[in-house]
Amino acid sequence: MDLSIRQVRKEFDHFAALEDVSLDIRSGELIALLGPSGSGKTTFLRLIAGLDMPTGGTILFGEEDASRKSVQERNVGFVFQSYALFRHMTVLDNVGFGLSVRKGAERIARAEIRRRALELLDLVQLSGLEKRYPHQLSGGQRQRVALARAMAIEPRVLLLDEPFGALDAQVRRELRRWLREIHDATGHTTVFVTHDQEEALELADRVVVMNNGRIEQVGAADDVYDRPVSPFVFGFIGESSNLPVRVENRQVWFDDRPLGLDAGDAAGGDALLYFRPHDVELLEGCGGCLAGTVAASRRVAETRRVELEIGVKRRRVEIEVPLDHPAASRSRIAFRPKRWRIFPNGGKSASTGMRHLERDANILAPTES
Amino acid sequence: MTAGLARPGWRMKRLSVLPGFGLTLGFALVYLSMIVLIPLAGVVWRSASLGWPEFWRIATDPRTLNALKISFGGAFIAALVNVVFGTLIAWVLVRYRFPGRRLIDAMVDLPFALPTAVAGIALATLYAPNGWIGSLFAPFGVKIAFTPLGILIALIFIGLPFVVRTVQPVMEEIDREVEEAAATLGADRPQTVWRVILPGLAPAILTGFALAFARAVGEYGSVIFIAGNIPYVSEIAPLLIVIRLEEYNYAAATAIASVMLAISFAVLLVINLIQAWSRRRFGYGS
Repeated sequence: MDLSIRQVRKEFDHFAALEDVSLDIRSGELIALLGPSGSGKTTFLRLIAGLDMPTGGTILFGEEDASRKSVQERNVGFVFQSYALFRHMTVLDNVGFGLSVRKGAERIARAEIRRRALELLDLVQLSGLEKRYPHQLSGGQRQRVALARAMAIEPRVLLLDEPFGALDAQVRRELRRWLREIHDATGHTTVFVTHDQEEALELADRVVVMNNGRIEQVGAADDVYDRPVSPFVFGFIGESSNLPVRVENRQVWFDDRPLGLDAGDAAGGDALLYFRPHDVELLEGCGGCLAGTVAASRRVAETRRVELEIGVKRRRVEIEVPLDHPAASRSRIAFRPKRWRIFPNGGKSASTGMRHLERDANILAPTES
Repeated sequence: MTAGLARPGWRMKRLSVLPGFGLTLGFALVYLSMIVLIPLAGVVWRSASLGWPEFWRIATDPRTLNALKISFGGAFIAALVNVVFGTLIAWVLVRYRFPGRRLIDAMVDLPFALPTAVAGIALATLYAPNGWIGSLFAPFGVKIAFTPLGILIALIFIGLPFVVRTVQPVMEEIDREVEEAAATLGADRPQTVWRVILPGLAPAILTGFALAFARAVGEYGSVIFIAGNIPYVSEIAPLLIVIRLEEYNYAAATAIASVMLAISFAVLLVINLIQAWSRRRFGYGS
C-alpha cells in the first residue's frame, strides 16, 4: 500500500507539534522516523494510524483519502511502545482479538481465527506459548506478541512506536535483525519510530530525520550520513564537530586565517563548518589549517578521541587520532578536515543551497588516494 | 561446610531486607484478636451453650430463615445494583471533566459519613407514598418504603461508595494505549468496553461487590426506618437479633448471629478465592 502524506499539520492547543509535513512511502518500504524526543515523530505515526486527527492536510492510503477515516476503518497495525497487550487474555486470544471483533460478512469462524493466530505465533517464533498470559512473558516475547497481534488483521500498513525502546541492548539487536527478516518475508509497508540512529540506519530502507515538528531530510542511510542537508542532520546522525567560520572570497576563514578549504560558491558571511571527527588529516604545523591545544583525550576502541581548544575563543572540537600517530602524545595538534560541509550560520532557509557545497576532499588533500 | 549443618525447614530468625516480621506479625495477631476474633468467638461460644438441637431449632425457625433470606438476598441484589451504577459513576468521574465533578466526587462519600439512622429517616420520607419520590410511584401501585423494596433502597444507598471507591483508582490506572490498541485492531467502542476494559476492571469490581455486600448484610440503622419491619416479609436478621436481645433471649440472638457470621464468612471467602485466582492468572499486582 502506497502512502502519501501531504502537508499535514497537527496543533495541540496552539502548539504546532507537526508543521506541514509531506512524505511519500512506497508499498513494501521499511521507513524509520528518526528524531530526538519532542520532534513530532510519534505524533506523525499516530496521525497515520488515525489515533489523532490532523489539523490540516491529507493522508492518502493508495488513492483513497484516509484523513477523516476512523482508526477502525483504516485497518492499520499499530505496535505501541508499551505493547498494550490485553492482560486478561491469553497470548492466543491477544493475537486473535482483531479477527474476533469483526462483524457481519467479515465474521470469521472460531477455528479459523485460532488457526491464523497459531500461524502468526509460529511466524514470530512463539509457538507453544499460546496459553500463557502476557505477564508470564519476557519483554522481547511481549513485543513479538504485540507484533503478531498487529499483523493478524492483515493491515494495509504496519506502524511501530519505538518498538525496541523498552528492551535491553542484546535483545534489541536480535529483534532488529528478526524484524527485518519478518518484513522481507511478509512485505508489509512498515513505518517505525525511533530515537536510536543506529537502529534507524541499520534497519530502514529510508530514514526520515525529524526535528521540531518538521522533516529535515529523507534518504537512505548513506544519504543522511554522507550528505546531510542541514546542520541538525549533520549533528544528530553520527559524530560531528562544528566551528563558527567566515566565508570570504571562496575561502573559509577562522579567526582571520584561511583554512585552505575551498568554499566554492557558498554565500559570503558567517557560517558553520561541520566535519566528522574521523574525517580529518593531521598536519605537521601549518600556515592554512586548524590548530589547537589538547584539552582532553580519551581512548575509544581503536582510536583516541582528542578534544582541542581552538582559537582565541577556545572553541572545542573533537577529532580522532590513530593510536600510533605521533600527534597522540603532543599537546598541540594541527589538522584540516578532509570531508566537510558549510552551512550559513543561523538561517534555516539556506539549507536548500547546501547540496552543491560539498567538496571532495581529494582535491584539497592530494595525499589521500 | 557450614551450609551442611543448617537445618531445613522453618526458621523464624532470618536476615531480611524487610526486618521486623516477628514484631509486626505479633502486633497484627494481637490486634486482630482483640478487635475481631475474640468478640466473634464470644458470639459462637455463647450460642454453643444452647446445645445443638436447640441451636438448630432457632436457626431453622421460619422467622429466622425469612430474616436471613431478606438480609442476604437484599444485600446480594443491592451489591449487584451498586456494581452496575457504581462502576458507571466511577467511569463518569474518571473519564470526563465537567463543572461540579469534584462536588459529585465528594458526594459519593456521604453514605460513609452520614449516621445511618439519618439516612434511613431521609429515605423513608422520600420514598413514602406521600414523599417526593414515592408519590411518583404510588399512582402505579408501587410501594417502596415499608416494603422489601425499601430495604433494597437503603442497602443500595449505604453500599454505593464501596464500589465507586474501589473501582475508581483502578480505572484511573487503565492504560489509554490498551484502548487505542483495541481500536486499531478494529474493535468498536462497545466491544472495547465489554471485552477489554471491563474484564480488566473485574477484580476491582469484585472487591467493591464484596465490600458493598458485607456492609449491606450487617446494616441495621437505615433499614429499620424504611423497612416496615413486618415479620416474614420485611424483617432483616440484624433486627431479629435486636428483638431477641430486647427479650433478654441472648442465646437465641447469638445463635442467629452465628448463622449470619458463618454465611458471611463463607461468601467473603469464596470472593477472596476468586480474586486470588484471577490475580494469579492475570498477574495483577505482580
